[in-house]
Amino acid sequence: MIMVSDSELQKKLASLGIEPGDEILVASGERELKGILIPHHEFSDHGIITVKLGSGYNVGVKASGKTRIELLKKAVASPFGKQKRGAEHAAKSELRRVAFAGTGGTIASFVDYRTGGVFPAMDAAGIVSLVPEISRICSLEGRNIFSVFSENIGYEQWCVLADEIADRLNEGYSGVLVSHGTDTLSYTAAALSFMLPRLSGPVTIVGAQRSPDRPSFDGYLNLVSAARISSSSDIGEVVAVMHASSSDRGCNVHRGTKVRKMHSSRRDAFRSVNAEPIAFVDDEIHFLSDYRKSAPGRVRADTRMEEEVALLQFYPDMDARDLLKWADGKKGVVVAGTGLGHVNSGLVDAIGKLTGEDVPVVVTTQCLYGSVDLNVYATGRDLIKAGVIDGRDMLPEVAYVKLRHVLAHHSRPGDIRKAMMNNAAGEFNDRRTGLDEF
Amino acid sequence: MNSDPPAHIKAGLEIHQQLETEKLFCSCPSDLSEQVNGLVLRKLRVSVSEMGEVDEAARLQTAKNESFQYEITPNSCLVELDEEPPHAVNMEAIRVGLEMALLLHSTPVDEVHFMRKVVVDGSNTAGFQRTALLSMGGWLDVGERRVGIQSICCEEDACRKIDRKGDTVTYRLDRLGVPLLEISTDPDIDSPEMLKAVARKIGMLLRATGKVKRGIGTIREDLNISVSGGSRVEIKGVQELDMLPAIAENEAARQRRLLDASGRLSERKHAIAHGWKDMTAMLSSSQSTVIRRSLNAGSIMGGMVLPGYAGLLSSGGQSVIGTEIAQRLRAMGIHGILHSDELPAYGVTEEEKIRVATVLGAGGGDAFVLCAAPLSRMDEAMAAVVARAMQAADGVPEETRDAKEDGSTAYSRPLPGRARMYPETDVLPIRVDRKLLDGIASELPEPFEEQAAKIEKEFNLHRQQAVQIAEEGYGKLFTDLGSRYGNPAVLARILLNNMPEAEREAGASFEDLSVLEGVMARLKDGAFAKEAVPGLLVCMLRGSGLDECISALGIGGMAKEEAAGIIARIVNEHVDLVRERGEASVGPLMGLAMKELRGKIDGREINSLLASEVRRVISSKGA
Repeated sequence: MIMVSDSELQKKLASLGIEPGDEILVASGERELKGILIPHHEFSDHGIITVKLGSGYNVGVKASGKTRIELLKKAVASPFGKQKRGAEHAAKSELRRVAFAGTGGTIASFVDYRTGGVFPAMDAAGIVSLVPEISRICSLEGRNIFSVFSENIGYEQWCVLADEIADRLNEGYSGVLVSHGTDTLSYTAAALSFMLPRLSGPVTIVGAQRSPDRPSFDGYLNLVSAARISSSSDIGEVVAVMHASSSDRGCNVHRGTKVRKMHSSRRDAFRSVNAEPIAFVDDEIHFLSDYRKSAPGRVRADTRMEEEVALLQFYPDMDARDLLKWADGKKGVVVAGTGLGHVNSGLVDAIGKLTGEDVPVVVTTQCLYGSVDLNVYATGRDLIKAGVIDGRDMLPEVAYVKLRHVLAHHSRPGDIRKAMMNNAAGEFNDRRTGLDEF
Repeated sequence: MNSDPPAHIKAGLEIHQQLETEKLFCSCPSDLSEQVNGLVLRKLRVSVSEMGEVDEAARLQTAKNESFQYEITPNSCLVELDEEPPHAVNMEAIRVGLEMALLLHSTPVDEVHFMRKVVVDGSNTAGFQRTALLSMGGWLDVGERRVGIQSICCEEDACRKIDRKGDTVTYRLDRLGVPLLEISTDPDIDSPEMLKAVARKIGMLLRATGKVKRGIGTIREDLNISVSGGSRVEIKGVQELDMLPAIAENEAARQRRLLDASGRLSERKHAIAHGWKDMTAMLSSSQSTVIRRSLNAGSIMGGMVLPGYAGLLSSGGQSVIGTEIAQRLRAMGIHGILHSDELPAYGVTEEEKIRVATVLGAGGGDAFVLCAAPLSRMDEAMAAVVARAMQAADGVPEETRDAKEDGSTAYSRPLPGRARMYPETDVLPIRVDRKLLDGIASELPEPFEEQAAKIEKEFNLHRQQAVQIAEEGYGKLFTDLGSRYGNPAVLARILLNNMPEAEREAGASFEDLSVLEGVMARLKDGAFAKEAVPGLLVCMLRGSGLDECISALGIGGMAKEEAAGIIARIVNEHVDLVRERGEASVGPLMGLAMKELRGKIDGREINSLLASEVRRVISSKGA
């Protein structure tokens, strides 16, 4: 069999004027197949043409030099890559207005059922067409402000989001609903919590662990719950709203500085760490712990952050030289130590060297659950002497985001320490109660 | 009973066979479980597809607003819970599918792409079933006839439905993800008997792979069937091969009755006016238990006239359109329906019938229906009555029906539209190249005839038994156990007689035949006698281990001396008989001896011990 390389195959298809979505005939030997040409799967073998048959099945056909390919019918207005637009729903005056800000991710995407290709919903109407129940809860208005995988979201996007949220709240929306990929959702939640110290309405960040093409789409409940919180709660914080359990019974509302993704795939991956969730939402909102209430007045986004901050996880045999290499040029370092906040004795001196050069070092725990306590063991006491800042029960990622924010606002070591120890956005919780499963 | 002429049908089969491997997309074992470790509650929703179409069947299902409760079993993991992406596909299952493709002359695809087929009845936690087309075309010879093969697919089995309470359906996760092969034939089958023959032959080929599950529920047949002038009706879930002809005949007869009714209807004026009347007050004093029960449960009685339908709802004691209407309503959860062709009956008097007809304005050629339903659902119920009655003019509506155990079928839902399928992006495509196919081709099972000939010759078995062993798919197992443990005649009897009988008696089946190895090994060691095997198998099927059964049944092998002692006692107790009948007393005494010694020592051994003891007594007397 003469092998056909992919570029040859693409050329052959192009010369016949064939594009994905077109109806084609592929004949080799005695076998003739008719179907719709599907875009090449990135893990398909070389020279494989994927065809969607009349039965709905996709099959791969090997094209050899002898394979005959014919164009039977051009696709009518190929839907590939085109965005889904929901019908513009009339704003109902009796419903509260919630601003939507899309950032991409699993939750706000549509699937092309022919190809399996995923593309983002571009506006609130798209979200409402995905989850019609929202239109009974609030009037959702807004658009995608960017569309990126959440692992590519960082400071630049945090700024855009914070400004957007401030603008929308200042325009009089009851709340803002942000859709976000789940991987870095908690970083964004923390960043917005520090950037938006005073809110006139709830800011809910919502994601999904299953894609919207599935009838089992978990984002349905997450979006409905987030719409409920955004439109009819007096929460004045940035919160994440995600499945409370594997069942579709309701969602937990997590404080933006206490939430963390604790599972790579489960619906209930998001947990409040070292804190109770603020609320549980089903058809109603059931408050579970204290929260900051929204306050009328102008919302101001304070988006300044220091770029040069490192977050390092301690591991056995970690070398002082490596630590210093990573810390080189940084204005601050967060270390996720073991247990109560420990590192090996070799690192203690290196840390002392950094603090001596006025580079603040914050110690957190890689256990995540529980608090740092540097008074219990000698290593901890040595770290205090070396000048570290006690990260208490703050998550390492939250400490990283907070340190970036603090360093952009303070330069004197004493002020930095004081700001880091200040409970600015609920990132510390000194009363960790209960013995529930964590 | 059935006076209809023999059925001329056009039918195709879809055979679903579970494979004896791990699950398709995780390494959970694929057996069923009675242990439930937890529950989760989910909802499924269908969204409008990018192509702007929503499958009607799927939409109706979603409109029911059901909740699904899933029972977590030890053989399920996060994959079945839809909490983790599928793992790499189980290649063993794909290989068995390709093996079947080669056995059925079907052409494998060059690359297998798994698809998501949307299913929102809750039977799949994800709301879709993963399925892939492995091969297309092919044929199968059954006797003189050749039947075309349409396709072979590999897919995940669905959850087991446990029960329904109100809007909540409970499913168990144990069966979800078990690999299934789906083999579809062309609609080349033209008689009920041929349906069975084709299904049987495909079943034989599947068993010959040695990788399929056995027992009730592990193979399920769907059939598509129409009679001349009828329409394609899909009948789902036939579990007993022997039921196929009866189901086909009943369906053919049903389609012919509907065609007949349609013919009669075309000769009449039969315009149906929408709108029903509330008959509750009029029937409130009825003595009919059907009506009383409904009214007590808070339902109302609605009545509607079907002009021109007299004698078509049921005719000559055979229900025609009446049953069709009742089944449609039952599928909606509405059970109380009576019609004029069957009245007076069910406690409804002739007088009541006339009064209802008068109030509804039904004349001599007209029929009427009475329906018990909550007021809030009566419009919907009566709309379904009208819809089905109007379809009667067209003869046989296309639909999906469920097979019942008595060989009848009942309406379940409209024929699903072209399945909504889109790519399963979490599973990589699987290249089917020459190397893979050559490897499979080199290990194909021998044709049955050759297997049977070998078994016949090597083990000195009857031809017929050898053929049966091969066709049941026991060829490899038989050759293996027979050459290691001997006793081929006993082994053949176990496989072909003892085991099926025991399975019937115990109402369970062996999922894994490797248990027979222990039985044959212990038999060879003389741990028990062959007569003990049937009881032993029943005991094991009821869940006990081999050793446990041996001791529970008291069949632990007995020393020859001990048996000789028992026989001596029996002979001694009946010494008069021996003296009277001489050696002929062995016959009647054998029965008594077997009663005490069955299964503990071989029957031939008992006979020989008994004969020699009888001779000893006779000769000692003579001395």
